[in-house]
Amino acid sequence: MTHEPETIAEHGLTQDEYDRFCASIGRAPSLLELGIVSVMWSEHCSYKSSRRHLKHLPTEGPQVIHGPGENAGVVDIGDGQAVIFKMESHNHPSFIEPYQGAATGVGGIMRDVFTMGARPVAMLNALRFGAIDHPKTKHLLSGVVAGIGGYGNCMGVPTVGGETGFDARYNGNILVNAMCVGIADQDKIFLSAAKGAGNPVVYVGSKTGRDGIHGATMASAEFDEASEEKRPTVQVGDPFMEKLLLEACLELMAEDAIIAIQDMGAAGLTSSSVEMASGGVAAGEGGLHLKLDDVPQREEGMTAYEMMLSESQERMLMVLKPGAEAKARAIFDKWQVDFAVIGQTTDTGRLVIEHKGETECDLPLGPLADEAPNYDRPQEAAPVFPALDDPVVTFRECQVILTQGEQALADIAQALVSETLHNRDAVGALGISEAKGTLTIHARSTADAPEDVFDAFKSAAYNLEAANAVAKVRSEEEKTDVNLADAPGADSMLLALSRLMASPDLCSRTWITEQYDSSVMADTLITGGDASVVRVHGTTKALAMTADCTPRYCAADPFEGGKQAVAEAIRNLSAVGAEPLAITNCLNFGNPEKPEIMSQFVRAIEGLGEAAQALGAPVVSGNVSLYNETDGAPIPPTPSIGAVGLLHDAEKHATVAGAEMGDALIAIGTTRGHLGQSLYLRTLFGIEDGAAPGVDLDAEKKASEFIRKMIAEERVSAVHDVSDGGILAAAADMSLAAGMGLAMTTPVQARRAAYWFGEDQGRYLVAVPAETADNFVLKAAMAGLQASRLGLFGGADLILDGDDRLVITDLAAVHASTLPQLFKTPDEDHAMPMTDTDIKSMILEAMPDAEVEIEDLAGDGDHYRARVTSAAFQGLNRVQQHQLVYKALKGKMGGTLHALALETSVKT
Amino acid sequence: MPIRKTGVNGERMKTAIIVFPASNSDRDAQVALRSVTGQEPQMLWHGDMDLPDGLDLVVLPGGFAHGDYLRPGAMAARSAIMDAVIKRAKAGGATLGICNGFQILCETGLLPGALMPNEGQRFVSRPVTLRVDNVASPYTSGYESGGYVRFPVAHHDGNYQADEAVLDSLEREGRIAFRYAEPINGSARAIAGIVSEDKRTLGLMPHPERAMLASDHGPQFFKGLVEALGA
Repeated sequence: MTHEPETIAEHGLTQDEYDRFCASIGRAPSLLELGIVSVMWSEHCSYKSSRRHLKHLPTEGPQVIHGPGENAGVVDIGDGQAVIFKMESHNHPSFIEPYQGAATGVGGIMRDVFTMGARPVAMLNALRFGAIDHPKTKHLLSGVVAGIGGYGNCMGVPTVGGETGFDARYNGNILVNAMCVGIADQDKIFLSAAKGAGNPVVYVGSKTGRDGIHGATMASAEFDEASEEKRPTVQVGDPFMEKLLLEACLELMAEDAIIAIQDMGAAGLTSSSVEMASGGVAAGEGGLHLKLDDVPQREEGMTAYEMMLSESQERMLMVLKPGAEAKARAIFDKWQVDFAVIGQTTDTGRLVIEHKGETECDLPLGPLADEAPNYDRPQEAAPVFPALDDPVVTFRECQVILTQGEQALADIAQALVSETLHNRDAVGALGISEAKGTLTIHARSTADAPEDVFDAFKSAAYNLEAANAVAKVRSEEEKTDVNLADAPGADSMLLALSRLMASPDLCSRTWITEQYDSSVMADTLITGGDASVVRVHGTTKALAMTADCTPRYCAADPFEGGKQAVAEAIRNLSAVGAEPLAITNCLNFGNPEKPEIMSQFVRAIEGLGEAAQALGAPVVSGNVSLYNETDGAPIPPTPSIGAVGLLHDAEKHATVAGAEMGDALIAIGTTRGHLGQSLYLRTLFGIEDGAAPGVDLDAEKKASEFIRKMIAEERVSAVHDVSDGGILAAAADMSLAAGMGLAMTTPVQARRAAYWFGEDQGRYLVAVPAETADNFVLKAAMAGLQASRLGLFGGADLILDGDDRLVITDLAAVHASTLPQLFKTPDEDHAMPMTDTDIKSMILEAMPDAEVEIEDLAGDGDHYRARVTSAAFQGLNRVQQHQLVYKALKGKMGGTLHALALETSVKT
Repeated sequence: MPIRKTGVNGERMKTAIIVFPASNSDRDAQVALRSVTGQEPQMLWHGDMDLPDGLDLVVLPGGFAHGDYLRPGAMAARSAIMDAVIKRAKAGGATLGICNGFQILCETGLLPGALMPNEGQRFVSRPVTLRVDNVASPYTSGYESGGYVRFPVAHHDGNYQADEAVLDSLEREGRIAFRYAEPINGSARAIAGIVSEDKRTLGLMPHPERAMLASDHGPQFFKGLVEALGA
């Protein structure tokens, strides 16, 4: 009897697909069989829209042991060991229930890695949220971060890296991509093909409940307003059970007991049993006969349909060698994990499922897996964004002149500036110039900005005038046209930099990363760098890993964007000194049934494939997430790339932080000043336009090889890749990380903003001892690379072209405050003023040995200078020393205290 | 990681680490002790009934024993092996609880007070500056009083609380071994680690065993401990 059209539609199948399946098995399926085919033919399991395109990706290399097709990619790292890694999405569940969605995403990808015999050693993630001020973002961000931490921390696997982006185009469809990296011995790698007939099929892990039924089908459909009603299809994770399962599996894997093993992820028992059995069929023998009565069940009265489609977490399916059951059972008993023999392998090529004495499913495996639909969906490319002419913007301008003889003008000016800088909605920049006891502050903002920096500044200035008559507001409403490539729209490039470094795209991620245990396993060497570095336990080697994608480039040009994601990942590995090994990906796109989305997908794959080939990093695993749309609005194409590299000598790695006093800053690679799709235009002026920067793969390769060689030869103090925000943002990162100032000069004839904020690809910044700088530039030239000396490290300020200055600790404070500000409780904004005695006693409470001198600068209880000397500062750089004092003041800096001019020194 | 030879004391030293279901810093403690003592620590399963004789140090490692169900440390404190651990500690056997181990020690009553969820309700993982408050214990005798050390923290429930009388007596008896030099979790009196009345048991939220690079402060902690216990 055939099924009603509604039943077929509820299973996410088209009528055509249903008819095709009936034809291939020669009858109508039972309800259980319909459930099984519906998940196996879902986009999530069958890759029916993507399969034919994915096969063009480069997947081979001498280092590759197992490429795509297994649970995760396996790559040789020498000494008989392998790195096993994969990235996977959990987007839809995380939008519906952020904590559990993200947590179970972490749990799922870990199982993919340890099911192959690897101990997970590091986690990364790639997260995309909507606009930071969208009403849902705060809730989603805090839930996802807590979920990732909650699961990974309990597992005892350090979460060491990743990236987080904000863009309004993800408002209705966030992305949560998790990546797991594990290490295994090459002779103890486990695959999923269930070979041999008559071997026991064993279920281990959590009991099966009614949770998550049809999760795979949900992940294969667009979102709409009713989607939140799908909360019951989101599973609940139990990291404790997963930790026990991990330890029990690894203990059993050390024995000679397992023929095949497969985790139960999306579509649970169905996909794991079909994948294992069809793997056996492909190897010439296969088939499974399951008896569901013996499946450990959490609830009573479960039907075969419910058990086969449940997505209860923390479960595995194994085929054991005959006679190994007792040994295996003892291990799982020790770890208090359920263990049940639920069937056996056969040689029939069929999946047979029996429950309560009835055979409810008897299907040939071919139609379920290899013969699943494989669509060539129509494509229609949207035009790529054309190159941008010089962007010209009209500004409103206003000047404030401060006149107050002996008053501490700089402090007042700073208060004015920082008040305006903290106005998140402001678009624009500020400039300050000083002359003979007067101080002039200019504010500029685009004429059409609705609630702009201009108004914020003007009202702050009027307030100041009213309060103590130190300010005189002079001219206003002057309009000028400014070419954005020449100047940032104000006199100060460094104030533009402050705004960029405080923007959601570039602000400090500490609020996020502090919620992830990054130190467990005690092998983590770098987190939060260009790439994270984790030692290969017990050896002198280390793995480097990174996750990258720049969706705004992909939206402007999917092909160049795909190339760029891979190129940036390889650049990040190279910037720590690691040889790239291979990449994984998580391809997040909209609805593939729309020709323009399908075209984005295909072009992005072509781009990433071309880059992977050219840069010698084959794709060894991956995941596709389609239908990322809400109410018809697609996300920007987001092909997240996870890359892993090898450091033969863990000690010879470079960091962003290593610059030393007197080091020269050198840019490697060609700077043309590409402002199209730059963060500079987007963040400061709201302009999202122009072509994505092109990636010259030859130049990219040359530069990465050069950088790796220089790191291996220990010629550099610090390295940073140049990406979002251009050279100036990268230089600021290096300066902040070293806790040291940096004086820079704009090269002659360069257009200032385009030079400092342009996002040309294939570039790095390096810090080298000044006396070796000329030699370094020469070496770069001989390697066919442009190299430019940009400045020198030292002091406490960023200085550009002599007169533009920014105190590095102020930049650090602005950079650090964005995310904490978002999560601040209202009463944190209304603290009382503090006396100098209060400040002193708070510092002494944290650091009793400290010598503290405090001066009330303006006599208003609001502007202080403090000198603090303590042994607690030992081993900390200037920025870290200041942070320690701010922390002692328990966050009252910036709220209660408008300005604290701080000097710190180490007590000896 | 460099293997540090610590002379006669370290080489004779017998240490054991208790492994609970979902301990996750057991290996970190194992590697740290091995590198400092040159001896292999014994890894003991929570379901065992007895401790081997002649142990110089028992470590309760970090992690989420029993998934932190009920309360962190609550179920682990009632594990089979804990009767022997408690008996040995009460007899003056050196016992070190790190992170989850500190929580377990409080749940057994070997140390007073409790570790509540962090102020702010978020997990916190970062290097933190600590002040060595009292050096009259084997765990701190290698330090100068008032000196600073830096270890990573990684916990969700590290907010030490006890009633005022208990806190006063901890201060009075010199039992506050380490204090945070920066706010971390809301702990009363910035307490990061306390010792038992006989000063032979230490509970500590930060992780010295995860700071074992040559430039880190962990080796000094363990080396000092080994020397003090060997004395």
